[in-house]
Amino acid sequence: MSADTPILEIKNLQVQRGGAPVLDISSLALAGGEILCLIGPNGAGKSTLLLTLARLLKSSKGEISFKGRRIDSNHSMLTYRRNLSMVFQEPLLFDTTVYENIASGLKIRGMNKNEIKDIVEEYAERFGIYPLIDRSAKKLSGGEAQRTSLARAFATKPEIVFLDEPFSSLDPPTRESLIGDLDRVLRETGTTAIMATHDQMEALRLSDRIAVMNQGRIAQIGTPEAIMNTPADAFIASFVGVETILNGEIVRTGAGTVICHVQNGEIEAVGNAKPGERVLCCIRPEHITLSTGAPQEGASARNMFSGRIVRISPMGLFYKISLDCGFFLTAFVTILSAENLALEEGKPVFASFKATAVHLIRRSARG
Amino acid sequence: MDIVVEGIKHAFILLLTLDREVLGITWLSLKISGSATFLSMFIGVSVGTAVALNQFPGRRFVVSLINTGMGLPPVVVGLFVTISLWRHGPLGFLEILYTPTAIVIAQTVIATPIVMGISLAAIQHLPANLKLQILALGATRLQMVWMLVKEARLPLLAAVMAGFGGVISEVGASIMVGGNIKGYSRVLTTATVMETGKGNFDIAMALSIILLLLAFTINAILTHIQQRERPR
Repeated sequence: MSADTPILEIKNLQVQRGGAPVLDISSLALAGGEILCLIGPNGAGKSTLLLTLARLLKSSKGEISFKGRRIDSNHSMLTYRRNLSMVFQEPLLFDTTVYENIASGLKIRGMNKNEIKDIVEEYAERFGIYPLIDRSAKKLSGGEAQRTSLARAFATKPEIVFLDEPFSSLDPPTRESLIGDLDRVLRETGTTAIMATHDQMEALRLSDRIAVMNQGRIAQIGTPEAIMNTPADAFIASFVGVETILNGEIVRTGAGTVICHVQNGEIEAVGNAKPGERVLCCIRPEHITLSTGAPQEGASARNMFSGRIVRISPMGLFYKISLDCGFFLTAFVTILSAENLALEEGKPVFASFKATAVHLIRRSARG
Repeated sequence: MDIVVEGIKHAFILLLTLDREVLGITWLSLKISGSATFLSMFIGVSVGTAVALNQFPGRRFVVSLINTGMGLPPVVVGLFVTISLWRHGPLGFLEILYTPTAIVIAQTVIATPIVMGISLAAIQHLPANLKLQILALGATRLQMVWMLVKEARLPLLAAVMAGFGGVISEVGASIMVGGNIKGYSRVLTTATVMETGKGNFDIAMALSIILLLLAFTINAILTHIQQRERPR
């Protein structure tokens, strides 16, 4: 295996259920130590992809290679499985002690008792459950149980871990501390990981790359930054939290910028497009700034629109402000600045955003 | 009314003085039903687990067959075992009709579907992903099955106890294939039937009390298993 051989590579992978395709991935390769997050709506095929990659679900077509070697026979499958681990949304602990749970993968491999003890203690320590080691797994809280499940998965020193929404059923503070621990252990051990999640924040925190899945396919794969700021289509844009998606047409082009006509206004964007091209203008809500005063000369924001607040919806630490500027814009404003600006429904405000904050998606001829 | 009071009094005297005949009958009952349960445990748990873990054509039919078997009338089993073991029957050459072995066979036929049905449900009741989780830990198929059985050990114990409860209290098949021969194939239930017929209510009642105690113990353990804390 050369240094740049992917640790895991799939080609033309297809899975069918009841005759209908539920997974169709033309290619995907993971570098050693890479952390990939799969995001997408329910039923997008995230779990199916993980189970298929772990060879726990039969694929109807295609091949999976581990370190350049194809996984096909039963023998290579067991060897392969002993190089990986899987963590599910439910902790799926055995009805015994925390110690025995963490030890289970090692016992399966026939390791001797002294070796097992050292490893179990090490991983219990790493996931902060050492004091619970003799406790019955039945008596653990949700967070403790998932920590045990993670420790069990890492104790076998896998080269790849597959994580299927491991934190979805935990409360936010527990989830937060577990993500931190998982991130640390993954980086320290250099383990390659693929994690399915429906929480973008989780994906942003952990991943080197994000793959957006929809209807059994990978709709887009790239760095977190690329996925968040330059989504490939309207579905991905709305899934990754782009609130404003406007239909527009390019009217003029300048030096690296274009002017795009939308409903009742013109938006300046950075990009290459020809006049007459039909596009979608995507603007993330956190990139829009609101002010109540008159626009300042020389401000770096190239787009400035006056409008009226249509709706204010609380979003936890933010308010989501919907504006009518002749077209609709959605902005996030912190609670504090909303108070400072005395925002209320019906109030006239100015919305501004940079030309670089606008991401253009070319619409197909049909669209 | 006297007959009842006298009966209970005598029954307790027989029990407390450890009457040899009563003890002998109880011991034989435990031996026969215990052996039958032991056999049905092997067949029932393994087949039940296999059916629970595999998909195959006609699976639904097999499952409903097993569930029907759980309510098999003992007299019907008694009839078929008798016919099979009859001198000119297919298994007549074994010459075991009217022996304790014949009762063990009949009781195994009765208990096996009970153990199988409950085992099937117990394994199916485990979380669906547990099987995948065990395989992902690197287990071979055999290791996976063993770990699932270990995980379902309490409901499986319940299955075995239910099987035992079914055969220790069964009378029809035992009397038909065992013949209720004194000191040889006479068990708690067959003896109770006979003593009642003879009007020996005291000994019948003593035997019944033992049966009730056994039934109570089994149910107490079953209840304890059912009411235990659910693992997460």
